[in-house]
Amino acid sequence: MEISGAELVIRLLERQGIEIVCGIPGGSNLPIYDVLRDSSIKHVLARHEQGAGFMSQGMARTTGKAAVCMATSGPGVTNLLTAIADASLDSIPIVAITGQVSASLIGTDAFQEVDTYGLTIPITKHNFLVQSAKELLTVIPEAFRLAESGRPGPVVVDIPKNVQKEIIELEAFPEIGIKQSLPMCDEKSLAKAIAMISGARRPVIYAGGGIIAAGATDDLIRFAHKNSIPVVTTLMGLGAYPHGDPHYLGMLGMHGERATNMIMEEADLLIALGVRFDDRAVGKSCEFCKHADILHIDIDRSEIGKIKPSNFSIVGDVGHALKEFADRVEPAIRIGWSARISSLRMLHPEILQDKEDFFHPINLLRVASESLSDESIITTDVGQHQMWVAKGYPFKKPRTLLTSGGLGTMGFGLPNAIGAALANPDRRVVCVSGDGSILMNIQELATLAEHRLNVKVLIMNNNRLGLVRQQQAMFFEERYFASTFDSSPDFVSIAKGFGVPAFDLSEEENPSLFLRKVLGQDGPCVINILIDFDNKVLPMVPPECANREMIGG
Amino acid sequence: MHNYGIDLLVRNHAGVMSQITGLFSRRNFNLEGIICGPVGKGDESRMILTVADDSKLEQIVLQLEKLYDVIEVKRVDDSPLTEVLAQL
Repeated sequence: MEISGAELVIRLLERQGIEIVCGIPGGSNLPIYDVLRDSSIKHVLARHEQGAGFMSQGMARTTGKAAVCMATSGPGVTNLLTAIADASLDSIPIVAITGQVSASLIGTDAFQEVDTYGLTIPITKHNFLVQSAKELLTVIPEAFRLAESGRPGPVVVDIPKNVQKEIIELEAFPEIGIKQSLPMCDEKSLAKAIAMISGARRPVIYAGGGIIAAGATDDLIRFAHKNSIPVVTTLMGLGAYPHGDPHYLGMLGMHGERATNMIMEEADLLIALGVRFDDRAVGKSCEFCKHADILHIDIDRSEIGKIKPSNFSIVGDVGHALKEFADRVEPAIRIGWSARISSLRMLHPEILQDKEDFFHPINLLRVASESLSDESIITTDVGQHQMWVAKGYPFKKPRTLLTSGGLGTMGFGLPNAIGAALANPDRRVVCVSGDGSILMNIQELATLAEHRLNVKVLIMNNNRLGLVRQQQAMFFEERYFASTFDSSPDFVSIAKGFGVPAFDLSEEENPSLFLRKVLGQDGPCVINILIDFDNKVLPMVPPECANREMIGG
Repeated sequence: MHNYGIDLLVRNHAGVMSQITGLFSRRNFNLEGIICGPVGKGDESRMILTVADDSKLEQIVLQLEKLYDVIEVKRVDDSPLTEVLAQL
């Protein structure tokens, strides 16, 4: 059978089980789009390649499976870079298929030529520049295998136009790329880890995104309950352990609760599971859990000891380790430690917002959570609203919070919400954003309007770059600069202009009832919510300080 | 000056040198010397790297091991490359 490189790409994606591709066509990927036109794969036309990249992330973050985005050469690729770098830092499996100018033109500064391979080396798990159509037979399945196996991550496949047009004789399609089973934890190490846990008097579990990637939530709960160990999660780990569980202490770190960070100070064993000791979580690393032994379990060998040396470590599947722990640890009550934790929580109570202050974001999020189910998906942008969501929204299930943890990308929320809604048509999706962030990918309201997806966008509008302003207030003696917008866009009119229903919450007679009503309806909607610009996210650990040095709260 | 050597066996293709040197610049590791050439039938290359500071050596090796194009990583304490570099 004769087949073109372009057709091969699409047939291999179909065989891979890909149902939706987000992207934008251009000169260098038109042969692929010409085949995509007649494919069973649904194409979602984004309005900016970064949007396409983040939509694929939204699919990947909610399903755990590699999702695909496409862009043309040159600016198509440079626009995609932010979404790829974001996926890299949060270990999200996406496969970006990019068009490249024909091989004969590479290196000549041809129209829309850019060194995609060179640009994506530092922000991908791996990248390929395909030299011939025949190579696609190995590269495409390999791209999926790499993206999903071990520690997941983004893979770029750059395909020159002449390769897309090249005709080859195909005898048989290759096997599809499948996720390799994770390396099991070594038995002797597991026994030693269990002995450490049993010997500890004041253990704390520090759980991260690795628990979610490993699908190990149930065993984590079983383990924590059986051995009475308190659990803190990172930003990426929110949802890995249910909010409201008596052993749950919330998020640690820069914007963690005071009691959470103080309890960690007193731990004698830190059980670090699928975490990378990120600076926003641990603060000044040499001061972090100074009195605790560290037991670190991670799939990525290079994370062990990268930031902080551990007393014992296991490289392997954290899901396997947790199952063994849950099966094999002796039940324990830990009366002394539980009592100490309770008294620390009483000593450092969470500062609750006055419930009468309806327009405080924490209260708004509480109302929102009451009208949504545990299965609803929340996406955020980056800034104060993101931290309010992390602190105030009661996540109970894994893969229900999509947030840019590592790269901290403003503009993440809306396209991720679109991707999440595309992959989960039966679930409600809420994008919590700010007036700064929403402008960074607002063009995707057009995509949202086109597909009439179940996405509600809540814009926490203080007409400022709130978290920047907060840092200027706290660490730069209130020398505010470039953190207040001189003009304020009319988001309601803008959304309506895109064809998305929109409302101003402050203009509603009964804002609480209105918010509940809108969140319960199908289809897209934008709600602009004016909030007080003096609201701060507290407590806060000053950058590069120890977690116990937090201010406020 | 003591140089710590890293002996790599890598897939031989046009981008592999960028993959290796890109890792060093991306992670702010200091690369002192590099020598590279094809081995066997030419589908593999051997690369010998030297780094001056050993404080990050372990992390460098771990990151190199993760690269798709790297087949094998060995640490060598007495790198013959040190002599070659001295003659430059």
